[in-house]
Amino acid sequence: MNLLRTDSITMQFGGLTAVKDFSLELNKGEIVALIGPNGAGKTTAFNMITGVYTPTKGKVIFSEKSTADGKETYKERDITGLRPDQITGLGIARTFQNIRLFKDLSVLDNVLIANHLRINSNVFEAIFKLPRYKREEKQMIEKTMSLLEKVGLAEHRDEKSSSLPYGQQRRLEIARALATDPKILLLDEPAAGMNPKETDDLTVFIKQIRDEFDLTVFMIEHHMQVVMGISKRIYVLDYGITIAQGSPYEIQNNQRVIEAYLGVDEDA
Amino acid sequence: MKKNTIFTLSAIVLLVIFLFIANTTLDSYILRILNLCAIYTVLGLSMNLINGFTGLFSLGHAGFMAVGAYTTALMTMSVSTKQMNFFLAPLISPLDQIVWPFLPSLILAGILSAIAAFLIGAPVLRLKGDYLAIATLGFSEIIRVIFTNTQSLTNGALGLKGIPTTTNLWWSFGIAVFTIFIMVSLINSSYGRAFKAIREDEIAAESMGISLFRHKVLSFAIGAFFAGVGGGLLGNLIGAVDPLMFRFFLTYNILLIIVLGGMGSITGTIISAFVITIAQEVLRFLDEPMFPNIPALPGLRMVVFSILLMVVVLFFRNGLMGTREFSWDKLFGRFSKKPLAKGGTK
Repeated sequence: MNLLRTDSITMQFGGLTAVKDFSLELNKGEIVALIGPNGAGKTTAFNMITGVYTPTKGKVIFSEKSTADGKETYKERDITGLRPDQITGLGIARTFQNIRLFKDLSVLDNVLIANHLRINSNVFEAIFKLPRYKREEKQMIEKTMSLLEKVGLAEHRDEKSSSLPYGQQRRLEIARALATDPKILLLDEPAAGMNPKETDDLTVFIKQIRDEFDLTVFMIEHHMQVVMGISKRIYVLDYGITIAQGSPYEIQNNQRVIEAYLGVDEDA
Repeated sequence: MKKNTIFTLSAIVLLVIFLFIANTTLDSYILRILNLCAIYTVLGLSMNLINGFTGLFSLGHAGFMAVGAYTTALMTMSVSTKQMNFFLAPLISPLDQIVWPFLPSLILAGILSAIAAFLIGAPVLRLKGDYLAIATLGFSEIIRVIFTNTQSLTNGALGLKGIPTTTNLWWSFGIAVFTIFIMVSLINSSYGRAFKAIREDEIAAESMGISLFRHKVLSFAIGAFFAGVGGGLLGNLIGAVDPLMFRFFLTYNILLIIVLGGMGSITGTIISAFVITIAQEVLRFLDEPMFPNIPALPGLRMVVFSILLMVVVLFFRNGLMGTREFSWDKLFGRFSKKPLAKGGTK
């Protein structure tokens, strides 16, 4: 069943069409990749889904889960044009291409901040440490510590996030996104700048969190080994236009993709 | 945890003993300076919440203080003093008969300042950096101009005189300690972390589900609340308020305190509030004629602070404390064998 779909979303910046008629379908539990040459509009597509940009045309539709009469039902909801924080609140979390951690704050604080959106206590309860806030704070710290243990950063909890090595910063960013209790996780080039060992670890890690947190993963990635290894379906963008979609095998053998993205074979 | 609570309580007891001795032995000049130290601590903390912890470059503090000072003054002045003050135009109807005790007046001052902050914050907090600074500076000037022209509410340019001088060491230090408690508690809570997240990276904070608008307005209103309370304390310490008191210069003084102390450090603000306030008195000799044939240069001591500010901004961007804070563990950690035993990096 599909959890998120976009209905031919288009983003125009003045005369430039960055993404045109992008239609995406994300089914529950899938890992889907978005690839394309530099400047193809991949991050713009991400930004439209996460509310950073409002699409100039088209709709983003999210299936909200609701439990009525003990039965789980999904209701489609138009989330086009909501603010990023509202979209995260619905259960769509993201990471950034150029890591955006809270640099001067500790590893622990970075992840704790991502718990804030689920807090029910108001600011007075928080200041005067009333029972409800104390309970919530305790839960937040427990949840954060178990997340940090899962991503292997528990022993670095008090370090400044900017002091971590690159690969661990990526993991921390993913841990932070997971702390918002997402149903869909959007990863913007999670393997960028990683060495082969880190890349392999990441591939395993993404599958692992998908299973453990019952996630649907949508990622932008240039690293073909990662993309072909874990994604079920792939979308290919070129100059803002979706030139192909399908399984990794189909994409690898798609002539247009090879021409646009992998280069034309001169000898053939 | 428990040990630290005992340390904190004993520090407060020591403070109470000190205040008691100070109240009975020191002369009124030094008492005035001590009062100002405590009031500037309140004002510095309130501005640091907005500028240092939430990263909103706001210069509207004098405006919030004006709202607070006038509210407290009008609520605490006796009916006959009000009649004497408002000889050009009588004070508007219900206010001229109402006289409240000091504490509720201060709370009302804080609430009105917070409401003013909400009204101004809702439209201008979309702005960032310099633009926000200019907008809030404009707000502060607007408040001053309004207060100069509302003759029957604020007595216009004549100001208010004969305000009961209720503020003493107990009030000023009591409220300073209360403010410190609230700020420390707020900053270390989930809301405080959200404020810091906004300071560090707005885009990341928003994509972590933090509503920028809600949290910026919240920080702005809490900061303004304490600015209003501080303004009220100041008015009832001096005994007179007029619109000229709340010029940009006042905001600049508080900005100086938080920049020197460290944007984002409560400890730094407290130390710096005391140092700057005392230094402003100690350096008074600079304003007097120093050499036989050279006339005095009034205002020379302020040049010292301006130079100090420039030096800090150029060479010590983090101020005295940066974002570090005092803690009992750190104080005693110095004497233990392994200072980094808890894995701290500081």
